[in-house]
Amino acid sequence: MIAERPTLKLVDRLYLTAAWNGFKVTLRHFLGRKVTMQYPEQRWAVPPGYRGAPYLVRDQTGRTKCVACQLCEFICPPRAIRVTPPGPAVDPSTGNVEKRPRQFEINMLRCIYCGLCQEVCPEEAIFLMQDYSLTGCSREEMVYDMERLLALGGVHHDHVRKWDRVRREAAAQETFPPNPIY
Amino acid sequence: MKQSQQSNDPLAAPPGMISVTVDGRTVLVPRTMPDWQGRQVPTTMLQACELAGVTVPHYCYHPKLPVAGNCRMCLVEYGVPALGPDRKPMRQPDGSLVIKKSPRPAIACATPVSPGMEIYTSTPTVKLMRQSVLEFLLINHPLDCPICDQAGECKLQEYSVEYGRASSRFVETKVHKNKQVDLGPRIMLDQERCILCSRCIRFTRDVVGDDALGIVNRGSYSAIAAYPGTTFDNNYTLNTADICPVGALTSKDFRFQMRVWFLKETMSLCASCGTGCNIVIGSRENRIYRFTPRQNDAVNSCWMCDYGRLNYRWIERADRLTNPGGTKLTKPDWEDAINGIAAGLKQTIPGHIAIVASARLTNEELYLVRRLAQFLGAPTDCAPRSGPADNLLLCADRNPNTKGAQLLGIAASLPGANLPVFARLIRNGTIRSLLVFGEDVTRHGIAPEDLARLDFLVASDIHSNGTTMISHYFLPGCAHVEKRGSFTNVHGRIQKFEKAVDPPGLARPELYWLSELVCRVTGQSVGRTVESVFEAMRAEVPAFRNIAWADLEDHGVATSV
Repeated sequence: MIAERPTLKLVDRLYLTAAWNGFKVTLRHFLGRKVTMQYPEQRWAVPPGYRGAPYLVRDQTGRTKCVACQLCEFICPPRAIRVTPPGPAVDPSTGNVEKRPRQFEINMLRCIYCGLCQEVCPEEAIFLMQDYSLTGCSREEMVYDMERLLALGGVHHDHVRKWDRVRREAAAQETFPPNPIY
Repeated sequence: MKQSQQSNDPLAAPPGMISVTVDGRTVLVPRTMPDWQGRQVPTTMLQACELAGVTVPHYCYHPKLPVAGNCRMCLVEYGVPALGPDRKPMRQPDGSLVIKKSPRPAIACATPVSPGMEIYTSTPTVKLMRQSVLEFLLINHPLDCPICDQAGECKLQEYSVEYGRASSRFVETKVHKNKQVDLGPRIMLDQERCILCSRCIRFTRDVVGDDALGIVNRGSYSAIAAYPGTTFDNNYTLNTADICPVGALTSKDFRFQMRVWFLKETMSLCASCGTGCNIVIGSRENRIYRFTPRQNDAVNSCWMCDYGRLNYRWIERADRLTNPGGTKLTKPDWEDAINGIAAGLKQTIPGHIAIVASARLTNEELYLVRRLAQFLGAPTDCAPRSGPADNLLLCADRNPNTKGAQLLGIAASLPGANLPVFARLIRNGTIRSLLVFGEDVTRHGIAPEDLARLDFLVASDIHSNGTTMISHYFLPGCAHVEKRGSFTNVHGRIQKFEKAVDPPGLARPELYWLSELVCRVTGQSVGRTVESVFEAMRAEVPAFRNIAWADLEDHGVATSV
């Protein structure tokens, strides 16, 4: 395509009108309502459903909800998640859940905040929260370990508490004949 | 026209064969097929379906176990030719058989086929039966897939997806049983997950001959248990974890170590004894997580022993040799080491040098040692290694390739017979140079102070040992999981294995530096790949003459001698 090049009149070639129009816009905004946010002192309200950084959560009893099933590690498109399973030693503190990750790392430099880990998690143990601005002084620092992820994630108020229900069911069946708990 | 009609007639099958129709497709199946012990028994509907390429889901049936027929998952519908008043099959006007459909379904795993039988595996009734069986199996199943090691290779998961209902109708409380039953030193039982297929019971009773397991209690409370006061402890317990279709029996060694879908599977062999069981190595990111048996009816059926299965931890031990070294090597560099060894070998005199090669090396590597020995005029031998054998798989010869070493002329007819001779000749000063590949000769009758008298001592091994510590040059070798090659098992079967993980540091497969050494010393190159060395070996060694590398495939080939 050949672009038509308009022949500029003298008024146009002086650019004075264009400059004047520009000044008018500046003046209008200078006098008008302020629209710039003073980030980072001021921060925007994160809307619900926003996909920020993924963190691990505990339930209201303080139990680490993650059971190291490694589905998030499997689904994670940029392979930001690395779970170290607990190994065969029986951990009495896990109760009837039997499993808890020995280590859980998320490389926040690799994370693309897609939310697949949250979606795939069968235990509701990982959530994309509201943090969108993660900073660090080194690459190593940006690999968040389990302790840090749990501290940032906080408590998830779980209404189902399926493992707890299973434990109560099993305890009720210790007596014979088993008495139903409902 | 008549002939084609004849051949289409299901009742006119060739002798020894039966014509059956599976989902409308007529196939010829043998009248009898081998059962779990190899005896010829009438072919079952399940086998016929498999031959027709139709999958029939099953839990309790296993081709290498006696048929129990208790899971009911393989229920199919079938029909047989209807007989007329003259006791002859009735025919339609067009000549086809009149099929009388059975009013009830039958379990495909235990019902023999008959001539002209029609099997239906995809009717609405069959689908509904499968769905219902799964629904019953899932009634008391805990559904703790996130913490279950079987997830990913669980038949209950797979069939539920394929044949099950989308949602559960069960509103009652599930029966809870013991989740951590310590059955034995290597096996953990989760009674809740068990679907009572009884495969483990049949395996340990009929295959191993150790009647250790049974089902106790009744109804929903039925559970697998070892006899009170005993533990489930024989050399084959971990096979029960393999054949368990769900996550009830788990290996304590592999328990909670890694999810199975991350494991890279490599076709390999077990190198813990001369049987050469076919295995699959499960590894991830250069770490080995488990060995599982791979079916090879000529060697190990579907099984392997616990001893061989758990014998892999030494591979990642901290005392691995990771670089060339020795008292005469100034810096850990392969080029310097090979040059130094080649220069030293060129100065040796035939009759004053001996070679000890491990029977853990592959056929190809031992062939290169043979080339070297022939050129240098050196007598050779292997170090024998033995342990108690059992009547199933474990062999008294704990070297994986003693037979190969014998066929290649490396091992004495009685492996190890030359070692005392070598020791004596070193002591009286006849042998001035010694090459040791993959062994610690100080543990096989040659004392360290005798080795110190040698003018030239080269050793290689996987771990640092008594010989490598005092050798002039030592070279780091590889475990069999870190290289490719082939072994010849005690029965003379040549089987190949593939590389699963990378060797640590500068360690390289023996083939890599042996071929380099052979090239430098003899001036003749045999190539650097396993295939090229195998070709050269084939041309020279009669036992391997008729076998090409490509013939080995997954299950190996028996040698002619």
